[in-house]
Amino acid sequence: MSPTAKPAAKPKLAIFGAGSCGGCDVAIANIYEHIVEVGDAFEIVLWPTIMDGKYADIEALADGDITIALINGSMRTEETVHLAKLLRRKSKLMVAFGSCASEGCIPGLANLSSRREIFDTVYATDSTDNPDGVRPTWEYKAPEGTLHLPEFEPQLRTLEQVVDVDYVIPGCPPESEQIWAVLQAVVAALNGTGPLPPKGSVLGAGTSTVCDECDRKRDVKRIDRFVRITDQAAFDPEICLLEQGLPCNGPATRSGCGALCPAVGAPCIGCYGAAEGVVDYGARLMSAYASVISADKTDEIDTILDGIVDPAGQFYRFSLATSLLRGGRSAWKNGGEE
Amino acid sequence: MTTEIATFEPVIIGFTCNWCSYRAADLAGTARVKYPPNIRLIRLMCSGRLDPTFVLKAFAEGADAVMISGCHPGECHYIEQNIKALRRFELLRRTIQQMGIEPERLQLVWASAAEGTRLANEIARVTEEVRALGPLNWPAGRNGHLDAAGLEAAWEATGGEPGGPPETPGGENPEHAAEAKR
Amino acid sequence: MAERIGVYVCHCGTNIAGVVDVKEVTRWAGERLRERGVVVARDYDFMCSSLGQDMVEKDIKEQKLTRVLVAACSPHLHEKTFRTACQRAGLNPYLCELVSIREQDAWVHTDKAAATEKAKAIIWGGLERLIHHEPLEPLHVPVDADTLVVGGGIAGIQAALEIADAGFQVYMVEREPSIGGHMAQFDKTFPTLDCAACILTPRMVAVGTHPKIKLHTWSEVEKVEGYVGNFEVTIRQKARYVNTELCTGCGICWQKCPKKVTDDVYEVGLTTRKAIYTPFPQAVPIYPVLDKDNCTYFEKGTCKACEKLCPTGAIDFEQQDEVFTVSVGNIILATGYDLFDASVIPQYGYGRLDNVFTSLEFERICNAAGPTSGNVVLRDGKTVPKSVGIIHCVGSRDANYNRYCSAICCMQSIKYAHLVMERTGAEVHNFYIDIRTPGKDYEEFYERVQEEGGHFIRGKVADISDVPRLPGEEGKLVIQVEDTLAGRQRRVPVDMVVLSPGLQARHDSAEVAKLFGISCSAAGWYIEKHPKLDPVSTMTEGVFIAGCVQGPKGIPETVAQGAAAAARVVGRIQQGEIALEPIRASVNEEACSGCRICNGLCPFNAIVFHEDRAVSEVVSALCQGCGTCVAACPAGAISGTGFSNEQVLAQIEGLLMLNKEPPGSTDDAGLATTGAKA
Repeated sequence: MSPTAKPAAKPKLAIFGAGSCGGCDVAIANIYEHIVEVGDAFEIVLWPTIMDGKYADIEALADGDITIALINGSMRTEETVHLAKLLRRKSKLMVAFGSCASEGCIPGLANLSSRREIFDTVYATDSTDNPDGVRPTWEYKAPEGTLHLPEFEPQLRTLEQVVDVDYVIPGCPPESEQIWAVLQAVVAALNGTGPLPPKGSVLGAGTSTVCDECDRKRDVKRIDRFVRITDQAAFDPEICLLEQGLPCNGPATRSGCGALCPAVGAPCIGCYGAAEGVVDYGARLMSAYASVISADKTDEIDTILDGIVDPAGQFYRFSLATSLLRGGRSAWKNGGEE
Repeated sequence: MTTEIATFEPVIIGFTCNWCSYRAADLAGTARVKYPPNIRLIRLMCSGRLDPTFVLKAFAEGADAVMISGCHPGECHYIEQNIKALRRFELLRRTIQQMGIEPERLQLVWASAAEGTRLANEIARVTEEVRALGPLNWPAGRNGHLDAAGLEAAWEATGGEPGGPPETPGGENPEHAAEAKR
Repeated sequence: MAERIGVYVCHCGTNIAGVVDVKEVTRWAGERLRERGVVVARDYDFMCSSLGQDMVEKDIKEQKLTRVLVAACSPHLHEKTFRTACQRAGLNPYLCELVSIREQDAWVHTDKAAATEKAKAIIWGGLERLIHHEPLEPLHVPVDADTLVVGGGIAGIQAALEIADAGFQVYMVEREPSIGGHMAQFDKTFPTLDCAACILTPRMVAVGTHPKIKLHTWSEVEKVEGYVGNFEVTIRQKARYVNTELCTGCGICWQKCPKKVTDDVYEVGLTTRKAIYTPFPQAVPIYPVLDKDNCTYFEKGTCKACEKLCPTGAIDFEQQDEVFTVSVGNIILATGYDLFDASVIPQYGYGRLDNVFTSLEFERICNAAGPTSGNVVLRDGKTVPKSVGIIHCVGSRDANYNRYCSAICCMQSIKYAHLVMERTGAEVHNFYIDIRTPGKDYEEFYERVQEEGGHFIRGKVADISDVPRLPGEEGKLVIQVEDTLAGRQRRVPVDMVVLSPGLQARHDSAEVAKLFGISCSAAGWYIEKHPKLDPVSTMTEGVFIAGCVQGPKGIPETVAQGAAAAARVVGRIQQGEIALEPIRASVNEEACSGCRICNGLCPFNAIVFHEDRAVSEVVSALCQGCGTCVAACPAGAISGTGFSNEQVLAQIEGLLMLNKEPPGSTDDAGLATTGAKA
């Protein structure tokens, strides 16, 4: 082919980390050499983690020009909300990639507090040297002009709570094998050799929960205690962790990860999100745990439940932002403000 | 000119079981026992059907309190399913407390099919307790977007009060606030 | 396809309309709920009347309604009425919902404005729920024509005979060596003073010889599997060590047996029986039973007198328990009662003072075939008492023991008074709290005994003592009581005291209830489907209860219940199949991960786990529809018809919708919508 001939236009791909830890990007990188195939199949127009790119370039694109945008990270600041909306306009398909984007993930637990409480904790703890009690402001008047910082929103939101989302890939992060499987499926769909899943589908995950993939032996449940792992050797490697008193979220968490954590003796913490059709993940877990507690009287029940020292954290570790209550009460009062 | 101060009328969602507490509510009706109109009852076949999702949904949609009722322990028509409801209730209470909802907003009342008067009295008691707590006004439900502007509008529409957030777990640390002032 | 919903608001005369503005509610429903699918909204005086139902049927046909919501009285009254009306008009009956704005609104609130608002909320909640209803079909299962009757007392006997006489096979299982129950221990029955054995034994014989009754005594039910119409019951027939094919009932074995054992069951410990025995002469079946724990052969390997002397060689020391299974369509539980243990009341001295007797002991004393040949004598076996005290309500109507009244103790105590006076001429004092004589000829019997000279003292006995304090009390039992009608304390010295302890559920009633998948109350009585209108059914389809197992009662009521249970069973058998309410759970196998959280939650054993596929399954016909597993499943893989998540969540939304109306908006009646106010 002549060096000056233009190659056939490749579909455009955008990968953006909003309120993100970077883990999702690492997970994508962990498809190892397949990344080359991704580069072959797509024109990557935005991926701040690995390449330079300007927002202005995105704004200059025609609406719908980007074929698929993978957004990881939560909607935490004005900037992330702006970018989500911008990329939505410019993309045909928008994917909520990873737990932060699909259900808020661990940063979603910030919704238990108001913005003021968060700043007080960050800027006024003993270990912070802040004698003048400085707090972030969104505007700063410098001699050269006024600087604007993206505002830290009063509540953390998921991508779906800001823009219309076409697909969701759950996980914190999504397993790299699943990521590669999804990317292949997308390429096949674009080539017309495979079907495009129905809008709203959850991709890269199973149709059941983690127990489906866990090899541990399960019996009728009768939980008489909840404990933390202090000595891993004290727990039987063959038997269900929940039955041994470790609060494992596996029964309520969507399958797809291969039950990696229970396989090494760590109780599932729920990073793959809720099963299909579930309205409130934490409610499912609370109901399941409580139903099988082997106590019939209030004081005995309380003794067993004392083993769960942080119920909101246990049951909504990843999903608080998409739960029915969406956050704690102080986050709501006064619009989440002081 | 006299000004009338409107009393806060709580809205309470009550879950009853088909065999005991719903029949108790019916009996209160047949016996014309009076109780406050703040409670709206939902019939389930058994208190064991009580899914924590229902309780959270009620709070999120605007209820000020939720009352769960069923047969007395030992008298459940499905043998022992009310015990499951009791266990779920205990765990729910802990969780909602952590979310800043006063645990008294979730109540559990056992009532057999013959205890119409007792159920009515319990409903009256719960109504007054919730009235004293004030409105919950949880805006999460279907009240639109949650950006700052949307929240403010939703909050104002529900008559949000000024002033700082309450003392809640994970909430304001008075030492921090004092530090901040310095 | 858009829904076309009809809303019907009932006045119920002034019952609803007197408090709730029904016209306003109807107008509101027709306008405000139009966007939710309401095309017709009507109010009417009495929706349950034929005209009211016709209105609904006409609308279904002419307006092509797809769903119907009626706001009227309690669904427990008329849900079936409206569902049947819908069915007649060609609409699936489960697409009809009845919400109560009477018992739950008009009848319990006085604030008319608030009641009207609440009615709207109730209707909106019902409507949102109704939108998610599915057209369900009842589950049809065939009914096996055989029946199991557990318990061979008068209740079980009555039931078994009625079913067998109707031509259907009955299996009767009785724990004791003979049928007859407690009634076989009695002497005379009130108020007719018929001899209990005389009226009972012909029935016992009828059971023993009936071609359609297979009698298994000295047997217990071990396991019950299956569901209505198709139960598989495992029965253990304990070894009698007697070959019933060879035994003629001649009685030589127990006559010659050298080992005497206290008879704790039939003779209530008053006398002895042998190690091999029949409980009483009229026992059915007549075959004796060898008490292995008290037999010299089993203890030491010697004796064997019975085997040596049996003319037909029927003794078989090698006999084993026999475990077998029967298939039945219905089960009747008639396992009777235990007597309250009076020894837990120390001040009455039962078990400590020789001449304090319980009712059952006294029945055996009075019985001509009993340990004293029918002579009313003291514990020494010979002294005839000159004065007798009879105490009602022992352990009954008592916050310390049982709160309930045992129904028969007053009549029984009055009967004892009569028998004592008749046989001994002694002075008799009855100590009572109230005299309860509700049955036919009962009050007349009480009058008669008073006329015969019985003394009736109203007072709860405080103490029975053998320590004399006043002259005349030496060697007597002194009853200390407050005579409330006379208004003073009394000390009544007597030779003999008869206690009327209350009736209690069998000591193992809770375990047995679990075995059959039914519920029992905290006191141990089995729970009927409806205390007024359905006293012999239970919540578990196919399992019925009869007699004292359902609560204390006398013989006529017990017989009536036995007959009632039999009639229900025969009706089911004749229909050949039974339609079960389609309110039940089911597991989505693909979504189920096999976590087994649900497995231990079903008291009806309806949830099974398939090891091979690692999924759980709900057996439809066993499922009672409580919904506990639906709520517990962490994967949301179990759904329940009739009370699905979608339905309940929608109802919650609907109930609270009024509160979301923009504040300040009012309806035409000028009623402000309820919104939270500071």
